[in-house]
Amino acid sequence: MTVSFDGRVARSGWTLRVDGLDIDEGVTAVIGANGTGKTTLGRAVAGLDRLADGRLEIAGSVADDPAASVFVPAHRRRVAMVFQDLRLFGHLRVIDNVAFGLRRAGADRAGARRQAGALLERVGVDSAAWPRRPAALSGGQRQRVAIARALAPEPEVLIVDEPLASVDSSGRAQLRSLLGDSPARHVILITHDPVDVATLAERVVVLDGGAVASRGSAAEVTASPGCEWAATFLGANVVPGRAHGTSVTTEGGLVLAVAEEAAGAVYVTFPAHAVTLHRDRPAGSARNAWQAELRRVDVDGERARVHLGGPVAVKADVTRRSADELDLRPGLTIWASLKATEVTVVT
Amino acid sequence: MQALTAASHSGDAVERGPARPAGQLPATLTVVGFVALGLLALPIVGLLQRAPWTALPSLLGESAVLEALRVSLVVSVSAAAACVVLGLPLAIVLARRRLRFPRIVRAVVMLPMVLPPVVAGTALLFALGRRGLVGQWLEEWFGVSLPFTTAGSVVAAAFVALPFFVVTVEAALRQAGDELDEAAATLGAGAWATLAHVTLPTIRPALAAGTALAWARALGEFGATLTFAGNFPGRTRTLPLETYLALERNPEAAVAISLVLMAVALAVLVTLRDRWMPR
Repeated sequence: MTVSFDGRVARSGWTLRVDGLDIDEGVTAVIGANGTGKTTLGRAVAGLDRLADGRLEIAGSVADDPAASVFVPAHRRRVAMVFQDLRLFGHLRVIDNVAFGLRRAGADRAGARRQAGALLERVGVDSAAWPRRPAALSGGQRQRVAIARALAPEPEVLIVDEPLASVDSSGRAQLRSLLGDSPARHVILITHDPVDVATLAERVVVLDGGAVASRGSAAEVTASPGCEWAATFLGANVVPGRAHGTSVTTEGGLVLAVAEEAAGAVYVTFPAHAVTLHRDRPAGSARNAWQAELRRVDVDGERARVHLGGPVAVKADVTRRSADELDLRPGLTIWASLKATEVTVVT
Repeated sequence: MQALTAASHSGDAVERGPARPAGQLPATLTVVGFVALGLLALPIVGLLQRAPWTALPSLLGESAVLEALRVSLVVSVSAAAACVVLGLPLAIVLARRRLRFPRIVRAVVMLPMVLPPVVAGTALLFALGRRGLVGQWLEEWFGVSLPFTTAGSVVAAAFVALPFFVVTVEAALRQAGDELDEAAATLGAGAWATLAHVTLPTIRPALAAGTALAWARALGEFGATLTFAGNFPGRTRTLPLETYLALERNPEAAVAISLVLMAVALAVLVTLRDRWMPR
């Protein structure tokens, strides 16, 4: 089963053009700078925006085909959406927000509330909050309610627009695992967070200027990102580890000093250009230095992306000139260093 | 003067700064402002001062007054109901559809608010009267004749009250936007389910306010009713018409009815204030 998208969506002033994009089952991350058409892509799949021309198929049936005058309205598509601005129903209790889709599908009130309660428990919304209105909840709690509401009618496709933006850090891991084994067969994840891409996405679609710039597995897209924005975005290192105070022990046993305090399972992220390479043990302010095995060097114009193995798999961006000066080649053992202030800890 | 110069030098400091101290307001302005307030308040005071408080129950208990009260309630409640039934679809179309000539349509909707009621009544007569544009067909096909009937009073009252409902509800729909409707659609709600379970509950305060405003306007309707529906006791003679007649016959009764109508108007205003404020 796939969602296949081939066509144009015209918005006032600009156009999203998608040529033959097949979105397979599983989690697909859609990334791109602001205003490149990520949300429009999601809205077109959901049936909130119409194609100007072309064809959209969801799980084998045509959802939108202007030439054939076919347009399946949003409420018949089994495509649910978690909106960036959540859009919870302010006049309904939390439990009835989640029960909404079930009621529309014909469930009776008691049955719908029972299922809604089970879902709210799964996303981690305490039962004390169920009879309250969404406005009385914290931003993070509201986000969980929105995810539960979208999952409730068991959609074929779940579109999540900037999913974890407002979730408190303690809940992110839980929500990630929830999206990871979502009952929806297709999850389209519109995101700005490299951790989402690294931990959830089986495939990545890069949008740039209203068109698909790159697509494929995370590794494929990282190798050829198709635009500068995505190159930087995908160049971010995401390393799992355990935090204790201001240090994080990675899975490979490397201890990294970080600027923020944290505890428990975390991800540390840092951009590829924050990693510097040295032939000899570096002296100076970078407290994080380790020896790594150089696996591969990808040269792209004036930039060289260096893939390091060793205690932790890391990407480092250096200029082509310094790659030449350091005489970087696979198999070399080299020193890497990283300033603590460049590291972001994501819980 | 110095403060003004300084402010103009620093760009928009005047707008961002705190409100000007009262001393900088021209005194004349303040005086005229309070004169205007007096103009608005004086008639109320006059009415209260002339109020025959002790005789009030007997004055209002007169059979003619009770009769007019009954007609007024029937007419105003029916007109308010008509405003909801007809006005809600109109408000939704105005707020959600892209219209060909939005300015003209809007002008047509607002017209009864600024039209002299007598003109409204005259226009209704030529449209729905026995020999009117539509009225002649109503008569010929259905045997229905609106002028000088209670139904005619309802039509006249609904005509002048409808814009109040439509404008209030349309503004609320625009303010609510269609974001929640979209969310409902992605959850499997069709157009009617979305309307019933999301759109209308979201604008409930405005629905109540619009209905109350329309009802109050219908209750006070005089000119259009008199012109189109006449002044027949028990059929089209409403409280405002009765007040006008009573003024010649028994001024105290006119004051008594006026007090009742004013109390109703104030009550509507007070409830609206509550409804308007988000809780």
